[in-house]
Amino acid sequence: MDAFSQWLSHTDASLFFQEQLGFLAFLQAIHIMAVAMIGSSVLMIDLRILGVAGRSQTMAQVAHRFVPWLWSGLAVLLLTAIPLIIAEPRRDLTNWTFYLKMAMIAAGVAITVGFGRSLRRDAAAWDKSPGGTLTRALAVITLLLWVAIAVSGRWIAYTWH
Amino acid sequence: MDFAITFLESLQETPFAQYIRESEWAFPTIESLHVIALTIVFGTIVVVDLRLCGLASTNRRFSEIADELLPWTWGAFGFAVIFGSLLFISHAVIYFNNTAFRLKFIFMLFAAVNMLIFELVTRRTVAQWDLGDKVPWAARLAGALSLVFWTASVYLGRQTGWTMDVF
Repeated sequence: MDAFSQWLSHTDASLFFQEQLGFLAFLQAIHIMAVAMIGSSVLMIDLRILGVAGRSQTMAQVAHRFVPWLWSGLAVLLLTAIPLIIAEPRRDLTNWTFYLKMAMIAAGVAITVGFGRSLRRDAAAWDKSPGGTLTRALAVITLLLWVAIAVSGRWIAYTWH
Repeated sequence: MDFAITFLESLQETPFAQYIRESEWAFPTIESLHVIALTIVFGTIVVVDLRLCGLASTNRRFSEIADELLPWTWGAFGFAVIFGSLLFISHAVIYFNNTAFRLKFIFMLFAAVNMLIFELVTRRTVAQWDLGDKVPWAARLAGALSLVFWTASVYLGRQTGWTMDVF
């Protein structure tokens, strides 16, 4: 990874992005806004499970409002991340914090896919608000997972040498 | 201005501020929490503003969406202020002199004024437009301006980090 990062940092693409510091800051700002949309969507879905908000709607309706933000947010995150990684390959690709973040994102994606499938199979089972103990535990876990991903994202800048 | 700089200097030399500045973990951790808080502020505001612009969930009452989300906006904002203040004191003079940082506060002030005008004036007629997408232009404008001001604030916040010249 170290050798690959070295090579990548000397490509034309990387040098181009390295020179556009203002553009990288702009991409990071968009990256943060996508994190915001994902975080708020996770929050609204979880608040319904926890019986705090959205109780006047079915879970299917809440999911219909917010799940699209999860996926489009993820797409924006990926699109903005690619130039950021190309510009500073070592910062990410030789950094254990980055890989920890990727692993947690994979877990988040898996949970989201599972949630969608479960909802399609039996939407009514999710309507109970607050939900059962396991479901509420899942809601808390997904919130903590989002926080952990965001924190690890910020820490990438501090743990690379 | 001299008094301000002197005050800020003494603020950042307090043991507490020094600790945040010099500890390996304190600043990054507080910064992460600041980002978490502000993303909740921004995300919830986007949902409310999109409804206000008549662009999303127009089958739900604006009041219902606002009542559901704005407490979280305010709560998260409170935390963002607390964590932001802790970050600020660690490099008070640098932040105070940073252009992006100053602009961020100007835009947040614009957002506050926009919100006040909306809440005190425009929202009075909400019963007439609460449901559906026939939102009056003043409310749509409030929503659109809010999105612009908060997007600018997020961007300027990121720019502050880049232009701080600390590292």
